[in-house]
Amino acid sequence: MIYIQAILTLAVIGTGLTVLLLVLAYFFARYGTCKVKVNDREPFEVEGGGKLLDALYDNKIFIPSACGGQGTCGFCKTRVLSGGGPLLPTETPYLTEEEQQCGTRLACQVKIRNDIEIQVKPEFLNIKQFVATVDEATMKTGDIREIHFKLQPGDAIEFHPGQYVQVLVPSKKETIFRAYSIASVPADQDSIELLVRLIPKGLGSTYLHAIQPGDQVTFTGPYGEFILDQDPEAELVCVGGGVGMAPMRSLLRHIAQANPQKKAWLFFGARTTDQLLYLEEFTKLQKELPNFKICYALSEPEKCPDWNGETGFIHLAVEKLLEKNDNPKRQAFLCGPPQMLEAARNTLTQKGFQDCNIFADEF
Amino acid sequence: MKAKFIFFINFSLFTKFYNRTNIQMEIFTPGGPLLIFLASLFTSNILLSKFLGMCSFIALSRNMKTSFGMGIAVTFVTFATALINYGIHHGILAKGSVIFPDADLTYLEFLIFILVIAGFVQFVEIILERFIPSLYFSFGIFLPLITVNCAILGVNLLMVDPNLNFDLFKTGVYALGSGLGYCLAICLMAGIRNKLQDADIPEPLQGLGSTVIITGIMALAFMGFTGMVELG
Repeated sequence: MIYIQAILTLAVIGTGLTVLLLVLAYFFARYGTCKVKVNDREPFEVEGGGKLLDALYDNKIFIPSACGGQGTCGFCKTRVLSGGGPLLPTETPYLTEEEQQCGTRLACQVKIRNDIEIQVKPEFLNIKQFVATVDEATMKTGDIREIHFKLQPGDAIEFHPGQYVQVLVPSKKETIFRAYSIASVPADQDSIELLVRLIPKGLGSTYLHAIQPGDQVTFTGPYGEFILDQDPEAELVCVGGGVGMAPMRSLLRHIAQANPQKKAWLFFGARTTDQLLYLEEFTKLQKELPNFKICYALSEPEKCPDWNGETGFIHLAVEKLLEKNDNPKRQAFLCGPPQMLEAARNTLTQKGFQDCNIFADEF
Repeated sequence: MKAKFIFFINFSLFTKFYNRTNIQMEIFTPGGPLLIFLASLFTSNILLSKFLGMCSFIALSRNMKTSFGMGIAVTFVTFATALINYGIHHGILAKGSVIFPDADLTYLEFLIFILVIAGFVQFVEIILERFIPSLYFSFGIFLPLITVNCAILGVNLLMVDPNLNFDLFKTGVYALGSGLGYCLAICLMAGIRNKLQDADIPEPLQGLGSTVIITGIMALAFMGFTGMVELG
């Protein structure tokens, strides 16, 4: 008898609470259809109660988001003109005071409860979703894989060198995107190439290291704000290490094809010789182009007895080889680990680079 | 000075009124509501004497605004769920209850109380989001954290202790006191951590280490009242 009473009690209280919450959710947590107006476009309708970022993705507006909507990257900044509700404490760490005042929000945190009007950067509206097939993949070093993708026939991706794409990582639970810089040149519009370093347990890198030729991958892009100055006298200085090579390779090969007279420098830092990327290719390019110079430096040369190039950290090589120059159009593109970039940034500032012309892509 | 004086006058007026009307409310005697309130606030502070609710206490005591929001949310949920669970305890679970007078179902308390707390938090969240959005945005983010806050379950389980023998009014007072006690402790901690921000703390003790040590010292200070005010 006492067991029946116990089971009865549990069942009644459990069911009662569940039913109560379901009824409440049914009556109160519905917001009906809401209109979302983006820039000057015709508003589209979505079911209320969802996140703004998801609603935008469903309607083919691919604003950047590297963390997949968890509110940890701060990339999905969007100006909400009306209907966004108050700023949430989860957003404040990513927004400056100025941004907060003009209504900038994180799209992944804004819930659509009523009609909403937002403004996104016009270039984001050009971002498209692509499905591509892997046609070649090779290991370049112990943990870096070069993957070549062919877009579907008829598709074309237009991008600036130095931009990146977001690869969709298949997952049953949620939408996960990971950002990778494009290593190929803009002239090849029907294919792209990525460099991926394997991070143990990393979602994106383990996925991209496992795929084989013939597999299909979905990505959106292009993203990124770096615009290369076309003036041949305006020198471009690339400083990086590891997979930071990807955007720099795109930039430098683009220069070689489209603007071979442009002055350019490549500084590439690695620990040992087996981490060097594309040394032969760029050595060849250096001989062919009049204004292109390269410098590869090893920080642990004692392990590589047959190395006779530069040694030490890469920013020291920059300090040694780069001329001081006050040309305000000189640009620097940095891509590598944070410590390397910080050191390189200081050196470049001393060499006369303006802060706004130093573009850094940390990873 | 002035504030103290006014308080003193009010207090003496209150005691005069209390003596004259002879209300048989034993608020100053042991086990009376006032002592229960003070005891749950200080000497039996749920956080500092039982070390329940440490997780949110450590995680959210970095700034005063968050701490206060969390403290108020905990107070509200503790108070409301304590009253609901009091009803369930005396209506269904305890021996001599209204529905099942012969059966002692108190061993189900763990399960049922946590269900009620979780359900109640969801309930409040839905209602607030719909009807009082401004309040929802100011403390709505703390509500999901509260569902699994052991301080609240702790208060709910302790208040039905047969040795204490609380009636509905005393249960309410105890729950309110415990909630405010949590709020007091977390706000004090936030204040101390705020002061310590510029201090030169040795590396191994930064963050969690110093927080736990400070919590220990705070607990000692709160224990200083033991003997003056006690539960039950």
